[in-house]
Amino acid sequence: MTDLSPVDPSPVVIVEARGLAKSYGSRQAVKGIDFFIHQGECFGFLGPNGAGKTTTIQMILGLVEKSGGELEVFGQRIPDALAAIKTRVGVVPQHDNLDTDLTVYENLLTYASYYHLPAREAATRATELLQFFALDNRRHDVIRQLSGGQRRRLLLARALMHRPQLLILDEPTVGLDPQARHMIWQRLKNLKEQGVTMMLTSHYMDEVARLSDRILVMDQGRVVAQGEPRQMVSDLVGLDVFEVVCVDDEILTLEAVAADCHARTERTSDGIYIYTSKDCAELEKAVRPCSEWRRRPANLEDLFIQLTGRTLHES
Amino acid sequence: MGQGVGLPVRNMIRVVQRNARVWWKYKVPSLVGNLGQPLLFLVAFGFGMGQKIQVIEGHSYLQFIAPGLAASAVMYSAAFEATYGSYTRLSTQSTFEGILMTPITVEELALGEVLWCALKGLLSGLVMIAVMPFFGLWPSPWTVALVPTLLVSGVLFGAMGLIMTALATNYDFFNYFISLIITPLFLFSGIFFAADTLPVPTRQLLRFVPLAPVVDLSRMLCYGELLPGWWLKVLVLVVAAVAASWLAAVLLRRRLIR
Repeated sequence: MTDLSPVDPSPVVIVEARGLAKSYGSRQAVKGIDFFIHQGECFGFLGPNGAGKTTTIQMILGLVEKSGGELEVFGQRIPDALAAIKTRVGVVPQHDNLDTDLTVYENLLTYASYYHLPAREAATRATELLQFFALDNRRHDVIRQLSGGQRRRLLLARALMHRPQLLILDEPTVGLDPQARHMIWQRLKNLKEQGVTMMLTSHYMDEVARLSDRILVMDQGRVVAQGEPRQMVSDLVGLDVFEVVCVDDEILTLEAVAADCHARTERTSDGIYIYTSKDCAELEKAVRPCSEWRRRPANLEDLFIQLTGRTLHES
Repeated sequence: MGQGVGLPVRNMIRVVQRNARVWWKYKVPSLVGNLGQPLLFLVAFGFGMGQKIQVIEGHSYLQFIAPGLAASAVMYSAAFEATYGSYTRLSTQSTFEGILMTPITVEELALGEVLWCALKGLLSGLVMIAVMPFFGLWPSPWTVALVPTLLVSGVLFGAMGLIMTALATNYDFFNYFISLIITPLFLFSGIFFAADTLPVPTRQLLRFVPLAPVVDLSRMLCYGELLPGWWLKVLVLVVAAVAASWLAAVLLRRRLIR
């Protein structure tokens, strides 16, 4: 029989950060964060633009030097063991950096050479990955001829050439059409089943909800929450969300009803959002006269907005 | 499973191989671009001006300028690759960023780039030497020793170019390097006239950015006459090449690792 207990009692820690910090001059991009990533899990790394996610990833890759705290990957310290750590890490960067002068196949072989993969092994592995990502018929195409989705798949294939144990995905489906996104999700799920540990950043909450076992939310360089996403949504947001468009009098009524039901409310420009923690018949009755209303389950996007605010974070 | 961490030299060679793989696709336009200028100078000055100039240091004018032009071909080829070529890989193509996500370090990347530029420079220099017989100059057996000499000078000018790349914010920045360093070196390093006719301060200055010793060594080895003090010129060249490579690696780290 397989062990069905939901939590592995002693999971192996792949990435561990303690008090990890980074300053650029007087600006603190990452202000002392703590987190760990277990073997085999997909860890979602969320936050608005400028929250410090990419800086954190770049510290793991040694592209940014930490200015404080401790960072260990595979039990080895950064920066001391950086090169050894990077032989076991694969990266899909936010910005495409494929070799545009080379073909699809040459891109994979060239990348494999940086890891000193033997030529024959690299050729076999490249063919295998091109099939896995449905790029086999594109093998001899130059990168310019590829669509956005094909480029992303090739970036993934490239990151997997050396069979990494940790895969870092920095917005892996940004700018892709739904078909391309679904295909990438499917492949990422397959990889997870094969035991690859993943660290994922994304602005698409549906993507994070679909793939992540645990998430961490960053805002302005700090960790504002971390945990199991469904648990966090029910603990911090609630059960259901009523999105209501209505006039001021109705808002006051709804706020009163919501308070009786222990539901949280939030005013919007043309109405109110109500976050319930249990079913509430009075509330359902009270929203009916409003010009527009809709009830839906609370989701990760609600959590994200609640934790990081509705205003834009552009600096 | 992850592979072992490569030795620094092996990692440098991977960077060279990556660039060579791309170069191979564009080898014809690349070679024409690198060789056009020195060859044209050889024809224009050697045949054109050479008619009026009788003999310098016992050689026809064409024979006099050919070894120096081979040295300048190395300089131009290495310096252009390390500026326009490397900067493209650093900025628009993000090639460096891609490489630095792998176990290859910035220093290995920098020295690999310098080595690549040196090899590209060497190739241009060798083609210039190969065409010398067509101009009536048969290189001496000593020319074999010119191969490592030109390679080291390629390292020097490649590293100087990479220093500029590490400091550049756009392509126009390289105008300073080309107009204020490379072109003056081309004109005043004794390729077209003996450098000892220059005023002393200029001659002293040229020692610090040494194309002149390469030109002198190139001439000695092509003619097969080693003059006293040759080893000092070799020493100056090697020291300058090592120092420039070190500085290029330091500056590239500062540019790429924040």
